[in-house]
Amino acid sequence: MKREHPPGAVGHPYPRVEAPEKVTGRAKYSSDIRLAGQLSGRILRSPWPHARVKRIDASAAESLPGVRAVLSRFNAPDIKWYEEGKLFDETVRFVGDEVAALAADSEEIAEDALRLIVVEYEALPFKIALDERSSGKTQVKWRGDVQAGLREAEIVIDDVFTTQTALHNCMEPHGCVATWEAGRLTLYESTQGVFSVRCEVAEKLGLPQEQVRVVTQHMGGGFGSKQIAWKHSVIAALLARKAGRPVQILLDREAENLAAGNRNATRQHLKIGARSDGTLTAIDVRVLLQAGAYTAGGEESDVIGTYQTLYRCPNVRAEQTSVRTNTGPAIAFRAPGYAEATFALESAMDQLARELKIDPIELRLRNYTELDQQENKPYTSPDSLRKCYGEIRRAFDSLKGSLKTETKKRRGVGFAAHDWVAGTGHPPAEAIVRIGDDGRATLVTGTQDIGTGTRTALCQIAAAELGISPSHVRIELGDTASGLQSPTSAGSATLPSLGPAVREAAASAKTHSGGKGERGPNPFHKTVRTCGAQCAAVEIDTETGEVTVLRVVTAHDCGRVINPTMVDSQVYGGVTQGMGFALIEERIVDQATGVVLNANLEEYLVPTVADLPDTHNATLSMPDLEANTIGAKGIGEPPIIPTAPAIANAIYDAIGVRFRSLPVTRKKILESL
Amino acid sequence: MASHNVTLQINGAEQVLELEPRRTLLDVLRVELGLTGAKRSCDMGNCGACTVLVDGHASYSCLLLAVDCPGRAITTIEGLAPQGALHRVQQAFVEADALQCGYCTPGQIMSLCGLLNENPAPTEDEIVRAVSGNLCRCGAYRNIVRAGRLAAAKR
Repeated sequence: MKREHPPGAVGHPYPRVEAPEKVTGRAKYSSDIRLAGQLSGRILRSPWPHARVKRIDASAAESLPGVRAVLSRFNAPDIKWYEEGKLFDETVRFVGDEVAALAADSEEIAEDALRLIVVEYEALPFKIALDERSSGKTQVKWRGDVQAGLREAEIVIDDVFTTQTALHNCMEPHGCVATWEAGRLTLYESTQGVFSVRCEVAEKLGLPQEQVRVVTQHMGGGFGSKQIAWKHSVIAALLARKAGRPVQILLDREAENLAAGNRNATRQHLKIGARSDGTLTAIDVRVLLQAGAYTAGGEESDVIGTYQTLYRCPNVRAEQTSVRTNTGPAIAFRAPGYAEATFALESAMDQLARELKIDPIELRLRNYTELDQQENKPYTSPDSLRKCYGEIRRAFDSLKGSLKTETKKRRGVGFAAHDWVAGTGHPPAEAIVRIGDDGRATLVTGTQDIGTGTRTALCQIAAAELGISPSHVRIELGDTASGLQSPTSAGSATLPSLGPAVREAAASAKTHSGGKGERGPNPFHKTVRTCGAQCAAVEIDTETGEVTVLRVVTAHDCGRVINPTMVDSQVYGGVTQGMGFALIEERIVDQATGVVLNANLEEYLVPTVADLPDTHNATLSMPDLEANTIGAKGIGEPPIIPTAPAIANAIYDAIGVRFRSLPVTRKKILESL
Repeated sequence: MASHNVTLQINGAEQVLELEPRRTLLDVLRVELGLTGAKRSCDMGNCGACTVLVDGHASYSCLLLAVDCPGRAITTIEGLAPQGALHRVQQAFVEADALQCGYCTPGQIMSLCGLLNENPAPTEDEIVRAVSGNLCRCGAYRNIVRAGRLAAAKR
C-alpha cells in the first residue's frame, strides 16, 4: 500500500517559502535598501590595463554641490588588499581597477562628479592573453609513474583543450549599503557569505568582528562571484564614515563584468593512455589557468581535481599553473575548475571510446572506481555514479535510436560524466529551533539563502523532525547578528552543512524549550563526494552553424533529495548555464588595449528562454547517511559540470568534428564544415 | 540640470514630481516612489528586469524617460493585486516554482501580464516570445513557461 505523506514532508515538493514575497516585489534585496539620508556612491575605474596613478585632481568633483565625500589613494586610509596591493593602489593592473570613489546626494550628482575627476596615468607594459608560453605559480599532484603508464598504453589521446573566460552576470550586480551607528558598521550586502564578508571587512577596517554586522535577506544570484568581500564594501564603509551618512554602492553592469570576478580561462594539454580494452594506464595533464590581475580568494579553481579522481587510473600526473594577466581577477564560478576540466577530460574520453569502438558509457564503467585514489579512502556512496550511469544509459539509448538526421540538419547524441570534490558541507554550522505555545516553531540560522531554496529545505527538515507541517515553521536567516555560524554558500555546502544542524536543533527543541543544533565533522575514514552524468541531443543547421540543444537528460548524486521540485530547478539552471558555457558565452578582450569589448548583456550572450532544451532530471534520491545525519548533499554546482562536454560530444556525433575550444560558436562550426 | 514638473499615473494614483529630464522611469519608480519591485540589472534594455506595463503593454522602464510618461497608465508589480492577494500570474509563479533568486521575477511576471492583456489564450510559442526579452541567470525558464501556461488556464 502506498503511504500517504503530509504536504512538504522531506522528499516531497513544497512551494518555495519566500515565493509570495518575490512574486509581489515585496522581497527587499540589498539593492532595494534605502535608509534615511542615504547617499549614492560611485567608483572611478582605470581605463588602462596597467598603469601608475601619478596624480589625481578631484577638486572640481569635491566642490560640486551635493558631493559629500571623495576617496583616492591620496587621502584614503592605508588598507592592504590582495597580495601586495592596497585598497586604492598606486598601480592599476586591469581595465576596471578601482582608482577613486565618491558619495553624493543622488546618483546623477555622483555620476556628474565622477566625470570631473582628472587622473594622470603613466602607462606600463601589459599582458592580456593566456598562451603556451605563460608562466606562474605551479602546483603538481601525482601518483604512480605516468611515463611508464604512457609506455604501457596501446593508444594515447594527446590533445590541447581550451576554455574561455565566462562572466557570472548575476542579475543583481554586486553592491551594498553601509551605515555606521556609534562606531558599529552594518552592511546590507548582496553576498553568498555574510560571515566571510564580516570577517574580511572587520579585518580591513581594523574593527573587532562584533562591531560589524552583515545582512543579506534576499540576493539576486551569486554563482560564486559574491563569496568574498570585494573592495566596494570597504569603500562604501569609508565613504559613509567620512560623509556621516549611509552610502549605497551598486556596480553597474559594465563594472560587474570588469571587476567582480569571472571564470578563469584555461589551456589544458592532456594525454590519456589506455589499453585496447579501454583500461586507463595514464593521465597526464598540464593546465594553464588565467587568474587575472590578482588572487581574489574564495573557493580555489581546482582544474586538476577531477583528473585525479573520476576514473580508476594508477598513473596520474596533473599540473596546474596560475598565470597573471592584466585582466579582471578570476573567482569561483559554479563548480570552479571542474566545469573547465570536465570539458577536456570527457571530450578525450569520448574520443578514446570512438577510437577503440567501445560504447562511451561502457568505457566509463570499465574505469569505474569506488575509491578516492588520491586519499586512498573509499567513498561514502561508492555505487552512486554507477546508478547515475544506469539512469542515463536508458535515455542515451532511446535518443540514439530515435534521432533522424537530414542532409542540412544533422543530429547527434553525446554523453559525459563528472565528479565534484564538494557538495559535502562542513562545520561550523549552527541553528536554533524554538517551539511556541501554539505549537508553531521558529527556526533561526545565520546562513544566507542565495536563491537555491535554502529557506524551504531547512523548514522541511525542521518540520520533519518536529512532526509538524513546514507551514508551521517560520525561518529567520541572513544576519550575522544571529551569532549562529554558517559557512559561505559555496562548494554546494549550505544544505549539507545547515541541514544536520537544523535537524539536531529541532530534535533538541522537542525535549527543551529552546533547542540548539551544531553540525558534526565529516567522516574521517571515507571521502564524501557528489557526482553524476548527463546526455545531450543536438541538431546542427549546416547552413547557419546554429546548434539547437534538443534534449538533455541528467542524473546526479546529491544524496537524499529533500525537495524534488527545488532539485529539478537547480539542475535545469545548471544545464542552462552549462549550455551557455558550451555554445555562446565568452568575454572578449581587445589585445591591444586590454578593454573588454562585451562587458554588457547586449554583446555578452547568456541563454534565453528561446534557447531552452527539453530537459529531464532523472536524479534519484540516494540518502548518504555516512556523509551526515540527514544524508543530503549539495546540488547547486554539479549540474553545470557535464553539460558542455555532453553537448560537444553530441556535436561530434552529429558532424564528426571534435571541437577542443569553448565556446563552440556558429563561426567555428561553419569553418569546420 | 533644470527640473520639470511631471505628473505620473502609477498603479492608479497620480504622483506629482520634480524631475530632471535625464531620469528614467525605472529610476523614478525605485528612488522617488520606493517601488523597488522593478529591478535595475543591465540598465540598457537587454535584460527585462525593469519591465512594467505602460498603457497595458510590457515595456522596459530603463529605456523610458520619466518626463515622457505623463498621461500614460503605468502599472508595476506592486500594483497587480491588492495587498495580501496574488494576481493569477503571480500565483502561477508560486505554483510552478518559476523562480530561484527572484531578481528577474517581477519583470517576467509583467511581461506575461502584458501578453495576457493582449492575448488571453496564448500558445506556448507566444508565451516564450513574451518572456524572451527577460533574462534569468538562474535558468528558471522551463518553469516560467509553465507558469505562463498555468496563468493562461486560470482565466
